[in-house]
Amino acid sequence: MHIAIIGNGISGITAARHIRKLSDHKISVISSETEHFYSRTALMYIYMGHMKYEHTKGYEDWFWEKNRIDLVFNHVSSIDFKSKKLTFSNDSESLTYDKLIIATGSAPNKFGWPGQDLNGVQGLYSMQDLEKLEELSPKIEHAVIVGGGLIGLELAEMLKSRNKEVTMLVRESSFWNGVLPAAESEMLNEHIKEHHIDLRLNAELSEIKDDGAGNASAVVLKSEETLDCQLVGLTVGVHANVSFLKETDLEIDRGILVNEYLETNIKDVYSIGDCCQHRNPPVGRRPTEQIWYTGKIMGETLAKTICSEPTKYEPGVFYNSAKFLDIEYQTYGTVLAKPEDNVESFYWKHPEKHILVRLNFDKSSKTIIGVNTFGIRMRHEVWDKWLSNNTSVEDILIDLPKANFDPEFFATYEQDIISHYNATYGTDLKQKSPKKSFFSKLFN
Amino acid sequence: MNINQIKNIGTVIILSAMALWIGILFGNSFQLNEATFNETVASEHRFLLKEKLAPAFESKSSNVFSFTNKIVAAEAEVNKALEAEGKGDMKISNSYQMSLTKASGVGFVSENNLLLFFLVFGLLIFGTMLFVVPDIKKIPGIKNDGIFKHPVNKGKLLGIILGSMFISFYILLYFFPQYIINWLIVLDPLSKFMNGGLASQWFLYGFLYTIAVLTMGIRMLIKYRHNKYQMVRTGSVMFFQLIFAFMIPEILTKLNMPSADLKNMWPLDYSFFFDYRIDQKIEAGTLGTFMFVWGIVLFAVGVPVLTYFFGKRWYCSWVCGCGGLAETLGDPFRQLSNKKIKAWRFERYSIHIVLVLAVVMTAGVLYTYFTGEPKIMGVLDTGTLRYYYGFGVGSIFSGVVGTGFYPIMGNRVWCRFGCPLAAYLGLVQRFKSRFRITTNGGQCISCGNCSTYCEQGIDVKWYAQRGQDIVRSSCVGCGICSAVCPRGVLNLENLAEDTKKI
Repeated sequence: MHIAIIGNGISGITAARHIRKLSDHKISVISSETEHFYSRTALMYIYMGHMKYEHTKGYEDWFWEKNRIDLVFNHVSSIDFKSKKLTFSNDSESLTYDKLIIATGSAPNKFGWPGQDLNGVQGLYSMQDLEKLEELSPKIEHAVIVGGGLIGLELAEMLKSRNKEVTMLVRESSFWNGVLPAAESEMLNEHIKEHHIDLRLNAELSEIKDDGAGNASAVVLKSEETLDCQLVGLTVGVHANVSFLKETDLEIDRGILVNEYLETNIKDVYSIGDCCQHRNPPVGRRPTEQIWYTGKIMGETLAKTICSEPTKYEPGVFYNSAKFLDIEYQTYGTVLAKPEDNVESFYWKHPEKHILVRLNFDKSSKTIIGVNTFGIRMRHEVWDKWLSNNTSVEDILIDLPKANFDPEFFATYEQDIISHYNATYGTDLKQKSPKKSFFSKLFN
Repeated sequence: MNINQIKNIGTVIILSAMALWIGILFGNSFQLNEATFNETVASEHRFLLKEKLAPAFESKSSNVFSFTNKIVAAEAEVNKALEAEGKGDMKISNSYQMSLTKASGVGFVSENNLLLFFLVFGLLIFGTMLFVVPDIKKIPGIKNDGIFKHPVNKGKLLGIILGSMFISFYILLYFFPQYIINWLIVLDPLSKFMNGGLASQWFLYGFLYTIAVLTMGIRMLIKYRHNKYQMVRTGSVMFFQLIFAFMIPEILTKLNMPSADLKNMWPLDYSFFFDYRIDQKIEAGTLGTFMFVWGIVLFAVGVPVLTYFFGKRWYCSWVCGCGGLAETLGDPFRQLSNKKIKAWRFERYSIHIVLVLAVVMTAGVLYTYFTGEPKIMGVLDTGTLRYYYGFGVGSIFSGVVGTGFYPIMGNRVWCRFGCPLAAYLGLVQRFKSRFRITTNGGQCISCGNCSTYCEQGIDVKWYAQRGQDIVRSSCVGCGICSAVCPRGVLNLENLAEDTKKI
């Protein structure tokens, strides 16, 4: 059996690896972005000079041949689902498959702004985007980034690393406050400004000006202010990269629609990763989720479905992580920007440092619902257990050091957190395991 | 002034200090006078050698090369004559090159050695501080910006130049110390102060080593000031270098005790069981005996016990001198280590071969010590074995290659490919230790920072993206993978052995 996978991102590659583990099927992975799989999340580090492209490859180049995974460096222009055939854009040859996995990822959004297609206006998603940015860089003095999300901030950090002036236009009243509660969002506003990034809140793009030669030269805000710039970074979210499939029988909404088994409406055609949309998403999950590890889980799940037994996509307790400039962030369970009525939201913030822990729990039962942690690393498996066992927030607080994943010798704040909780709710909780001494910690 | 301007001034000062330091090599003339000659040369050679060296008493050599050449030539003639007379056992076996050259230096360097000492090292330290301290103005956090845009990593040429300088230094130090005699003259005042004697090339080496560890240690402390593990660990290697490797041995010498670096241990300290060192300790009474027992306890009990609890890091990245230099002076080069699986295959052979050689060589030396037989079973000459190990592994591998190749192959070349002690610690770590690098659930985004900055060339990401813990004999537990991880995935831990996820 020949399994063709379009897309060599984390989803497609995970599927390929697991299909190989479970079977001897012929596997082809097709991509026109790069010849080998690399970590998209590391694009920023290549630009900043922390790494070279080679370092971001997940596997050494010999890996693919050794595992009999054929890499096809080509661009699929169309798919004939009836005769199970892929056509390439720069090649007359076509490729037939028995089963097809579409894992084409996403593409940056554009919202019809005047000037959005000028040179110097770009997103940051692919290797090609990075190459364009690198080429433009010597000319950039001032960059304007549109959008207050993770990629926007990453782009800002990249440009700052090369001493460019950066302005961020954020439509909302505070950074990422559609996702983060006010305290967290406010802390990030401060941190962004500490890095001398000109953060403009409540600011919206109206149009991008042309320098007469087809290059972006300035942006005009809705407030009619004009900012000269040589780069406009569009980082206002992404959408499924499926435009080449629009006129086919494949059912597409915001992404390729799939069921629990990641099957599309066409037999032997599957879709995973950023480009798919779950018809019946698992409880507490959105229909589309552009998250690294969910792509991984989908790839692994689909490999089982194809090679051994039909397996449902079950991503488990939600988690995610990110790094905002110097602040590390992790979240487990559900923490909404505005908590629902039954949710009590408790947080502790370090008086000076950018360290914050928020615990959301059910008002009446005190069952934990979610946690946000900034500046303290937490242990995934411990939180996973607490959340799936509906543990009470107070049981968690007295046992919180168990979840600490910071390196040895780091200052610990569990005592401050529990004291703050006691002061807020009039309780008298005491830590189960008092702060361990250096030696008892080392000897465990 | 912005940070980069200050750093550039620092660079200029560092380069000036280095230029001055190299200039010192040419800043003396050499003239032998009779009094010094009589003082330095043993009575049985005095007459013969004086005859041959007579011309040198009158003429001044303007450089060290022509002067030492005269001595070498004279010694060769003397030996030849003795041989011809059948008095081969009287031959000059320990050349007077070093002692005579040193005693004969006259001129600017000798007259101003104290001034030059303060000038060179004052400028060097001041320049380095200008280079490293301004970073304290930056917001704490991982700042690896531009590392792969830097000429050392990009073009390789600067790396090769820098590496050649390191290598030349080691070759001069180990094999031609007579040519760097002026440096020793500059260090004489400090040496006299510390141990009562004149500076030897090993004193020079120890001093430069300590300066490098301390100044670049300060750089490390500033770079990782957001990470307490890194700060404590760096403080530890700085302490052990300054106190244990540098000061205590000099003080012991001053007190007429056998000098010893009490944190160094066999088989890294490969001469620990050599006859003269054993005898020296036995003769020194209680303290000497203590040192001997301590040295044995350290590797026989200390290694297995401490490595069981903490992994090999307790030594390699907290205590060891080679590790100390790698973690401070070598830190800017850590990303140059080769991560390919081929390098790993090579490393497993090379490091264990050196361990076997160290054990065989030591066994041979002890055999000869106890039996008085120079050869094992009449074939294997233990003296020859000892010589070649000292030359091949002790000088070439650990020094010339181990440090000289920092700018080309990363800062742990010796520790990774050659150190027999690292091999021994690694075996314990791999098979019987609570230490591992834990992977935090499914959080890895395969970005590659961990592997890139692993000085030991471990492909950390390979494990992390699979959710496996990292249990590798070569891991020295520097903790940088954990520090550079943008998602908090990696953590160095000592937990119950059977909880490893591998």
